[in-house]
Amino acid sequence: MDQFLVLTGVSKRYGGVRALDNVDFACNRGEVHAVLGENGAGKSTLIKTIAGVVQPDAGTMTLQGRPLSLRTPQAANDAGIVCIFQELSLLPDLSVADNISIARPPRRFGLIDLRAQRRRAEELLAGIGCEDVNPMMRVRDLPLSRRQMVEIAKALGKNPRLLILDEATSALTSADVERVYAMLARLKAAGIAVLYISHRMHEIEALADRLSVFRNGRHIETFGRGERSPDQIVQLMIGREISAQFPPKPPRTAAPKMLEISDLSWEDRLHGVSLSVGRGEIVGLGGLDGQGQKELLLALFGVLKRVSGEIRIDGQRQAIGSPADAMRAGRQNGAHTGGGIALVPEDRKTEGLMLPMSIAENLVIASLAALSSGPFMNRGRERVAVTDAIARLRIKVGRDSDAVHTLSGGNQQKVVIAKWLMTHPAVILLNDPTRGIDVGTKQEIYRLLRELADQGAAILFYSTDYDELIGSCDRVAILYDGRIVRELEGSALTEQSIIAASLNLSQTEPAHV
Amino acid sequence: MSRPALLSGLSPDDRPTAIAGLFILVILAAGTGYTLAKFGNAPLLQPGYLLQQLQIGAFLGIIAAGMMLVILISQIDLSVPWTVAAGAMTATAVGGPWAIPAGIAVGVCVGVVNGIGVAYLRIPSMIFTLGVNAVMRGLMVAHTGGFAPQTTATDLMRFLAADRTLGVPHAIFMWLAVSVFMIVLLRRTSYGRAIYAIGNKEAAAYLSGVPTRRVTLLAFVICGVCASLAGMLLAGYATKAYQGMGDAYVLPAIAAVVIGGTNILGGRGSYLGTVVGVILIVLLNSVLSIMEMPEAGRQIIYGLVIILMLLVHGRDGRA
Amino acid sequence: MSDLGLRLRQNAYLLSVIVLFALVYLLYHAAHPKGFSSAVLVQNSNEVFSLAMLAMAQTIPVLMGGLDLSVGAVMTLVDCLASHLLVGTTTQIALGVLACLVTGALAGFVNGCVVVYGRIQPIIATLATGAIYIGLALFLRPTPGGKLDEDINWAMTNALDDFVGTVGLFSDGLPAWFRPIAGVPTSLVLLVLVATLIWVPFRRSVTGRAVYAIGSSEQAAYMSGLDINRAKLTAFTLAGLLAGIGGLFLAIQTSSGNADIPQAGGYTLSSIASVVIGGTSLLGGSGSAIGSIFGTAVLKVISFNFRIFDIAPLLQPMFEGLVLLSAISLGALRMLRVKNQLELFR
Repeated sequence: MDQFLVLTGVSKRYGGVRALDNVDFACNRGEVHAVLGENGAGKSTLIKTIAGVVQPDAGTMTLQGRPLSLRTPQAANDAGIVCIFQELSLLPDLSVADNISIARPPRRFGLIDLRAQRRRAEELLAGIGCEDVNPMMRVRDLPLSRRQMVEIAKALGKNPRLLILDEATSALTSADVERVYAMLARLKAAGIAVLYISHRMHEIEALADRLSVFRNGRHIETFGRGERSPDQIVQLMIGREISAQFPPKPPRTAAPKMLEISDLSWEDRLHGVSLSVGRGEIVGLGGLDGQGQKELLLALFGVLKRVSGEIRIDGQRQAIGSPADAMRAGRQNGAHTGGGIALVPEDRKTEGLMLPMSIAENLVIASLAALSSGPFMNRGRERVAVTDAIARLRIKVGRDSDAVHTLSGGNQQKVVIAKWLMTHPAVILLNDPTRGIDVGTKQEIYRLLRELADQGAAILFYSTDYDELIGSCDRVAILYDGRIVRELEGSALTEQSIIAASLNLSQTEPAHV
Repeated sequence: MSRPALLSGLSPDDRPTAIAGLFILVILAAGTGYTLAKFGNAPLLQPGYLLQQLQIGAFLGIIAAGMMLVILISQIDLSVPWTVAAGAMTATAVGGPWAIPAGIAVGVCVGVVNGIGVAYLRIPSMIFTLGVNAVMRGLMVAHTGGFAPQTTATDLMRFLAADRTLGVPHAIFMWLAVSVFMIVLLRRTSYGRAIYAIGNKEAAAYLSGVPTRRVTLLAFVICGVCASLAGMLLAGYATKAYQGMGDAYVLPAIAAVVIGGTNILGGRGSYLGTVVGVILIVLLNSVLSIMEMPEAGRQIIYGLVIILMLLVHGRDGRA
Repeated sequence: MSDLGLRLRQNAYLLSVIVLFALVYLLYHAAHPKGFSSAVLVQNSNEVFSLAMLAMAQTIPVLMGGLDLSVGAVMTLVDCLASHLLVGTTTQIALGVLACLVTGALAGFVNGCVVVYGRIQPIIATLATGAIYIGLALFLRPTPGGKLDEDINWAMTNALDDFVGTVGLFSDGLPAWFRPIAGVPTSLVLLVLVATLIWVPFRRSVTGRAVYAIGSSEQAAYMSGLDINRAKLTAFTLAGLLAGIGGLFLAIQTSSGNADIPQAGGYTLSSIASVVIGGTSLLGGSGSAIGSIFGTAVLKVISFNFRIFDIAPLLQPMFEGLVLLSAISLGALRMLRVKNQLELFR
């Protein structure tokens, strides 16, 4: 076993929070080493320390026995440590070729050699099976999955000896995920060390040779593939006994329809989608990435223009041209309850929250009309609403006047959800709500959704996690190429049937019993 | 950097206001020192002098109030110079009891055009309001023949700008009224919340059902009305309107807003800071006049003061 | 998609601006009593040069997502400095030119320092430094004055044959290869030289690309290991240099120095309009100084046409304003094609 990178006694504090607490960690060459842990467990800080983005307060790092001091990301690159971050480091307005060779481009007479740069891009892209990407295209014009592949090509171009992938597959189509797996296998064979962070258990089980669990900034345990069961792993991550992950589902009844979608079409992304969600039902949207699930939710919330088809709330046809329309859909004039659609968006940092503003201000922003008397805000009502929201969702805050960016990811998402619950919606749409959130908060959210459904809400949510779909949904609609190809419920709601439907294979078993 | 205990109890939004306030005292002290040394008296500390400064500041202050609103939503209004002039020239041309409503109407129209261009057509405000300014200039030049308008300000305009009650110029009351309106708007209304939300993250505000386009349109309308109101008051003060009367106000208005702690990128800022910023600029100008500083020196000091104030703010963790 | 097709698509806007300019300019010459002559070309080129320099200067901060409100002031400062220095012997004049260029670059460098080390937003930093530079210009020339070397004025503001005549080249007679280009305005040649010798190499350099990167996403640029501070400092310094060249020419052209504050402000705002019309996005990350040159050309050529078509002088500012507003609003057509409203807020 050749230990490639060794961390000894590494610690890092952010204000009063211990992000890393006396961590000893090692990873070896020719191995895929997965790092697991909740948000706030220290994975992200660990990676940033290794990648030179932050400097530790204490401890040492060695690479192949030699001490390492990394002041900048560039220094880490020079040492052969290359990181592919969650937030893409690509420049949208520049070309693919420019992006791949951004830091040390080939030069001629002091200026950038465009032809050599283009050839380099072509080679690297071919190496990961992406020959179809034209290096002269602007990154902005590429779909998200292709952009991530360019990011990977760029990382490989730096000749890494240690490659770190931080949720690098979250945006990839299944075909591209396979390409990445193949690439990782090749890297392993070539003796490169790989650190892999992902919240997707399936991926980790498929890829990882070795796994490490972090919790509260401490390195808890490292073990080999297959030595721990998924339940044991989750327990290590949360550090306490967990009962059933998902709340029990009520028996199915014929629920009155709350949301009815008929023949919804938009551009070339949605083709005649028809679906209904009853009161008290949790319906999931599944299928491969990019089949129209996100677009469906945006269309229901009025963000997309020129959507054809019909949307009914509680039997009444609605014209939804903006989020404000969606929030009023199905309501009597001027009422603040009954009817109403809410959307918990994909990216909480840029779409769900105003990060520099206070928790209280974020909580009330969707309910301004309800909390004011005429043009003026009613301070009393506001206060009550804020306190109630924080208590109901058990959001861990210092003071509600603190900026919302001081909260952890899970608590931030709770603020987004609480903001919407304050509007008393009849229909709740959620766009991958538990992505990047720690296990503990996830469970709270599942419980909350079931509670809301029991109180009569109609819930529609998109998730990329099969376990989540199977565990929390009464029914799952699988989309393929902008159409619903199958709806699964009851005993037919299994991982195999979801996968089969996602790939649009013909039915071999009944959709429901 | 260690901070005096006095300041650490204030919220981050109020610190720039306090710092600007301190700087005003510094300016007064420096000026008084100069006059004592040179003339043996301290005219700067006379209430009459201070009131006159506030009167002059009122015009800039009203413009800065509207400008602050637009800056808070991450926009800018460069059509202020000729909106000021147009408001004044229209009011003097119309005359009689309809003079002031006509001037206000000009401000509303300009604001609506700006609002449509920025909020509905999504053209960057920097360039669209610049274009509107050029058109307003064109209209006024065509209307007046390029000369100073011969019509004079109405009695009401003179009353509001130049006359006094109990020794206090009415222009100051006008500024006070505008200020009360702005403070109530920003702090107590749902509109004010929408303004700060849009300035912080328009996408999130939009997805939370905030009517971002209407809010933006109204902000430009208020800014336009402030500009034309200031123009009419200026005409009242000078008894007539004149070409290019608004040109000297736009950059100082932006400077006042920024010195007062409002982030030029939007989303943060307190109105009192803008008021203090205006007073600072007006006093600085006046003290430099008394010191008989040539225009060259004044410009340099003006620029240095802005940089200094921003450097000091920056230490307080401005985003 | 073929490469050529891709390049055409990516540069579609710039190409349409160039075509528009060409059409309007041909119209102007066709309608002009002395159209298609070297004299008219020289006059037009001289009128465009300084603003074109400022537009190129303004392009660079805009590419980084900011704005430089001091370009007009830097131009004015160098203008006033030149009015003192460009007299005397050839060596003195040459040194004077050098001093002016250095001053422009230095002013830009100071802008860069205030932005980088003061961590102040460019728009407000340059508003402040602009005041300082105008103040310095006023200090140099409290009232308009100065008298520049007459030969320089003659050489630079006419056509190439006058230039070589003043400079003393080809004193035995013009060579054959020179005759066809003898009527080309010197200022036009200078413009092309500046564009090819300063802008093009800058754009292809690592620092130049870093400027685009910062405008595209400063966060990603940092994560990619680019030296942000050095790129910003270089960018502002270069902008100052270009503004300085504009000021130098202005001094030569007017044969005097004039610290005209409204004129400086007017030039600054016109430079922003030129940049936008030329296709550089105010959000940063895309565009080019070549586009800005054509943006200036379009602006100017429209006002030339007003003169020719005898539009009442009183109505000219209004038409200019309307044309500017329409040109700017063309960008709004893009809005109509947006299908996902969230994209408007990116």
